[in-house]
Amino acid sequence: MRISMKDWVQSGSPWVWLNAGAVAISVIMVVGLLALIAVRGLAHFWPSDVVMTEVASVDGRPPLTLIGELVDQESVPASQLRSAGIKVPEGVEFADRWLIKVGNRQAFGSDFKWVLDQHMGPKRYPAHLLVMERREWGNFYGYLIGLKEKGRLIGEQPVGKNDLWPELERRIQRAVEIYDQIEQIEKVEIGAINYQIEQLRLKQKRLKLNDELTAEALDQLNAQRQTLKQRYETLQQQRNQLYQQLNRDSMIGQLSDGQQVEVKLGQVVRAYQPNAMGVGEKVSFYVQKIWEFLSDDPREANTEGGIFPAIYGTVLMVLLMSVLVTPFGVIAAVYLREYAKQGFITRLIRIAVNNLAGVPSIVYGVFGLGFFVYFLGGAIDTAFFPEAAPSPVFGTGGLMWASLTLALLTLPVVIVATEEGLSRIPRSVREGSLALGATKAETLWRVVLPMASPAMMTGLILAVARAAGEVAPLMLVGVVKLAPSLPLDGNAPFLHLDRKFMHLGFHIYDVGFQSPNVEAARPLVYATALLLVIVIGLLNVAAIAIRNRLREKYKALES
Amino acid sequence: MSTPKNVNEIDFNSTKAQLHRRLRYGKDRITRGVVAVGGIGVIVAILLIFFYLLYEVLPIFRSASIDVGASYALPSVEAGDTRYLSVEEQNELGMRITDQGLAVFFNVSSGQTVQQMALPLPEGVTVQRVASAGAGSPVLAAALSNGQILLFEHQYKLIYPKSGGRVIEPHLEYPYGEQTFSLVSDSAQLSSSKETIQQLAVADDAQSVMLAAVTASGHLQLLRLNKDEDFLTGDLKLTPESLHVPLSEPQIQGVAINYDQRWAYVAAASNKIDVFDLRGDQPTLHQRISAARPGVTITRLQMLLGNLSLLVGASDGSVSQWFIVNEQDENGESHKMLKRIRSFDHDASAVMDIQPEHRRKGFAVLNAEGELGLFHSTANRRVLLQAVTDKPAGIVMSPRSDRVLVVTSDQRVIPIAVHNEHPEVSWSALWSKVWYESYDQPDYIWQSSASNDDFEPKFSLTPLAFGTLKAAFYAMLMATPLAICGAIYTAYFMAPGMRRKVKPVIEMMEALPTVILGFMAGLFLAPFVELNLPGIFALLIFIPVAILVFAFTWANMPKNIRLAVPEGWDAALLIPVVLLAGWAAIALSHPLEHWFFGGDMRRWLTHNMGIDFDQRNALVVGLAMGFAVIPTIFSITEDAIFSVPRHLSHGSLALGATPWQTMIRVVLPTASPGIFSAVMIGMGRAVGETMIVLMATGNTPIMDANIFEGMRTLAANIAVEVPESEVGSTHFRVLFLAAFVLFMFTFVVNTAAELVRQHLRKKFGSL
Repeated sequence: MRISMKDWVQSGSPWVWLNAGAVAISVIMVVGLLALIAVRGLAHFWPSDVVMTEVASVDGRPPLTLIGELVDQESVPASQLRSAGIKVPEGVEFADRWLIKVGNRQAFGSDFKWVLDQHMGPKRYPAHLLVMERREWGNFYGYLIGLKEKGRLIGEQPVGKNDLWPELERRIQRAVEIYDQIEQIEKVEIGAINYQIEQLRLKQKRLKLNDELTAEALDQLNAQRQTLKQRYETLQQQRNQLYQQLNRDSMIGQLSDGQQVEVKLGQVVRAYQPNAMGVGEKVSFYVQKIWEFLSDDPREANTEGGIFPAIYGTVLMVLLMSVLVTPFGVIAAVYLREYAKQGFITRLIRIAVNNLAGVPSIVYGVFGLGFFVYFLGGAIDTAFFPEAAPSPVFGTGGLMWASLTLALLTLPVVIVATEEGLSRIPRSVREGSLALGATKAETLWRVVLPMASPAMMTGLILAVARAAGEVAPLMLVGVVKLAPSLPLDGNAPFLHLDRKFMHLGFHIYDVGFQSPNVEAARPLVYATALLLVIVIGLLNVAAIAIRNRLREKYKALES
Repeated sequence: MSTPKNVNEIDFNSTKAQLHRRLRYGKDRITRGVVAVGGIGVIVAILLIFFYLLYEVLPIFRSASIDVGASYALPSVEAGDTRYLSVEEQNELGMRITDQGLAVFFNVSSGQTVQQMALPLPEGVTVQRVASAGAGSPVLAAALSNGQILLFEHQYKLIYPKSGGRVIEPHLEYPYGEQTFSLVSDSAQLSSSKETIQQLAVADDAQSVMLAAVTASGHLQLLRLNKDEDFLTGDLKLTPESLHVPLSEPQIQGVAINYDQRWAYVAAASNKIDVFDLRGDQPTLHQRISAARPGVTITRLQMLLGNLSLLVGASDGSVSQWFIVNEQDENGESHKMLKRIRSFDHDASAVMDIQPEHRRKGFAVLNAEGELGLFHSTANRRVLLQAVTDKPAGIVMSPRSDRVLVVTSDQRVIPIAVHNEHPEVSWSALWSKVWYESYDQPDYIWQSSASNDDFEPKFSLTPLAFGTLKAAFYAMLMATPLAICGAIYTAYFMAPGMRRKVKPVIEMMEALPTVILGFMAGLFLAPFVELNLPGIFALLIFIPVAILVFAFTWANMPKNIRLAVPEGWDAALLIPVVLLAGWAAIALSHPLEHWFFGGDMRRWLTHNMGIDFDQRNALVVGLAMGFAVIPTIFSITEDAIFSVPRHLSHGSLALGATPWQTMIRVVLPTASPGIFSAVMIGMGRAVGETMIVLMATGNTPIMDANIFEGMRTLAANIAVEVPESEVGSTHFRVLFLAAFVLFMFTFVVNTAAELVRQHLRKKFGSL
């Protein structure tokens, strides 16, 4: 059946189709965004092959061999290149160029190189190309040509051979183990001693401020300090010994330009030969890398390594926030729905609460900074921590103020959700309870609240999802790019509410925008973003599921 | 108490039962109390946000206040008449320089003389005038009765003796030596070297010292001392250079020198100000201008902090601010001209004295009726006017502007404590154009900090508010059509099975942390858009055209194919179409760029259209923030359309209207309040969004609606600047004001939306 253009337009169906197009575009955007984050975030951990290629001589510069990973490809207008003084053949309008991660920052200055496709020779993938992740100076790409122990050469091989590789792997394994021991001593044991010494100093100052510093007390303090110092020195010695052992081995590598470099194995996190790896090996490597990402501390100004402290900080902050927001949110909702006289005032309050959910989060941040940090925190410091002056304890951003600020921010979410749950409970249920002689409090405790509990859960989950993704207010009230110690650790009183902490969302902002090496950090930011999306997505799905179950349940009750 | 008659009967009034009952009622009361207290507490806590923000903001609009202290006699009256008075930083010591050449240091609160020092004057010579090299400068110049000039500094040293406490030790120093300078070089034929000096001004910078004096014979005598520092020994060598020019008016009220020592201003009692250009060998009269109404005389001439602006006080009590600006004449040539920038609220009685503040662009005025006025120049604001004496003579401003000394004509000093924290902010300075020093016209500027001391912070919230609205506008431009069209289709045309899947997917976007959107916008979208600029605009044409072409083709498909897809699944069919069109647009981006824009659209925009292009611009923000706002608008609009009673649309369809006619004529009007509310709430979200704007723009506070340039929004500005601002400072409070503005804006918008929505709900309740 043919339909004429005129009839078709008159029927209005073009408009309907355009509207359908809007839906399609929206869905494509959502799915596309999520897919983009997922692909970029997950691909980062895959051990991609290392390419070796010749770059032809350009503008009189000598030809160049490059070894590295192909990271990106884009096509640029030739006119842009020409205006930058690069020769592009006539008639070519667009030129492809590749971004190659060549690593070896100590030798080449930067990790990345842009190379025009037309200048690149054939790409080859020699099996024995070695990649080493290091704690400083980024990745090493090159060949293994020698091993040294205590500065003495113990093995050599020409480029192309791979006899030393098992030995290198073994020695790296050993160095990593020693490094872990050093970490344990430095971070945990020496950290604890430093913490205790600081506590002693504050104690002494407090006694002095209160005029209670007797000779006896001072002796006691000094004795304690002395013990700690001794323990510190033993540990220090142990550490120094370990360092010597750590720095025993080194390897000699040859870079793409033929230059030979010596790398201390103590600096190496891991070494692998991606071109020689099979799929099985690659998968296991991939899983290892993801685990490292989730469980390790960041390295190299947050551009490498893991994001464990950020996960830890986020979770702890969100937990504290939940503890604060749930009782208050529920009480407020119960008051509004069950106890307050319904009328103009409650209607007004409801509108106000609803609107607070729409108030920009940065406003809460400003409020938190002004009221909690400077006003309350300052007052707490003068009242309880005079010995710490002039450095603030609670008078600066920290875990507690961040949790409180976010609790305030998410309060409307919990109130609204709980109220909705309460309003869905049929009157008959309450009246039945009261008719049986229960008091209002008993009705509330035994009947109403249990029935409303899924709604509260929904509210709480939504609050948590919102809090986990919020960054702007946290930037003002206690999140930092790198916290020296976790806010919950083995030093009494274990939970340090005054400490600053790291946060996933802020980590994304900081590494993506404030990092000195944005290009190198980008994959990590994608991975962090993916993690955050997954966590928040799951929380939301849980909230939706609970809400749907709740609705089904009371549908049955109502009929 | 009764006993049970048989075992089956329960006694409800046994002690135990009564106790149990009392306990239960007690618990009930306690719960009631706890819930009420908790509930009201939470609501109060929410109100607290509003009141706390207000509490932090209000001080900037408060007037100043003063505490007038007990007056005391001028210290060491016997040492002579006062030629100069000042107070040091800590408000402890005051200095009085007398005509006998004595510097009398005295306690500011009690008037006790602490110390006296003599200036190295020749025998029989007295001090006639003393001039300061500007607010906050320690350099003073004394004009002596023999026509010579002595340059010196007054310095104060803080000493903390072992015994505790703090002692302030005054010093007089002579960085240019203890010799006196003659205004006229020996070769000059004028024999006026002994002439008395009527007015004196001095300016001092790293290159030279400039002295300007008005002599009794009606000349402007200038002496430039060029500094030459020996960089080995650090010794200073001064080469004098003498200039002079005759003045046309007999009675001169004041002379002043600009900070760059290029201009000298001479005010005659008549009402004329002569501006002399001091470059070259001979000063030339550059401009003569009337500074007051005819019949009014100029009584006082004073430079503001920074020696850029001239303050002119007149006999009618008016005070005006003047500085040099570039003015274009009819031929388009620009000339530097002294111009009246603003005048201040004043009282009718003549200005006796004007004293600038040392750290801010404020000043104090004393008039003939003995009223003290405190002003701020750029804010164009009078913060105080209060009578303090009935015999006014002069005033002194302390370096921290927290103390003013008023000198009376009967030789007494009144110490006044001043509480004037935030004079630099006024409603007009925040929101309207302000003419700042060394700008050629009034402008909106946000510039809260700089590296040097006499920089004046510029707090205009207008560019930030403009940036906020610009970002919100572009975001809404992208979000509103997509969200509303999508909601129309989802609510009304889409198959229920598909709707159940699509709605949560789009609503899920709402939960997406904005930091992720901001990061994608800044690091992925911005370079992508820059590289594929023609492609992005081609999308706007390609996608709708592709949809329509596909739809028309589909309508002409054989029936069996069309019916294979159930009704309401059209959107699913369109997904590959949109993807294909999008891919085509991006793939054609480079050819398009080549055909229409000479191979580089960025350059083409800048060179051919004169449009500046930033990589992180409003287009990127619009796309990213639009993305963030779509789910908000979509969700509420969809609910509003979906809740339109079905019998309305069924009625319309039954009368023969097409589904689209029903949509436009019946459903949309009914749902329009809901859609309005959705747009308002979306707007509120776009206005307050911080992270996306922070990450996807360059954050420069410019006032330009250009889609290819960035902006700075209120929210992003707060996030950037609050952590670095000093607590309690004007900057801090202005940022709180910005937060308060955001709060109120979103609150009002959301309340309006909520009221509309409640109204809607009530209306449909009856349908």
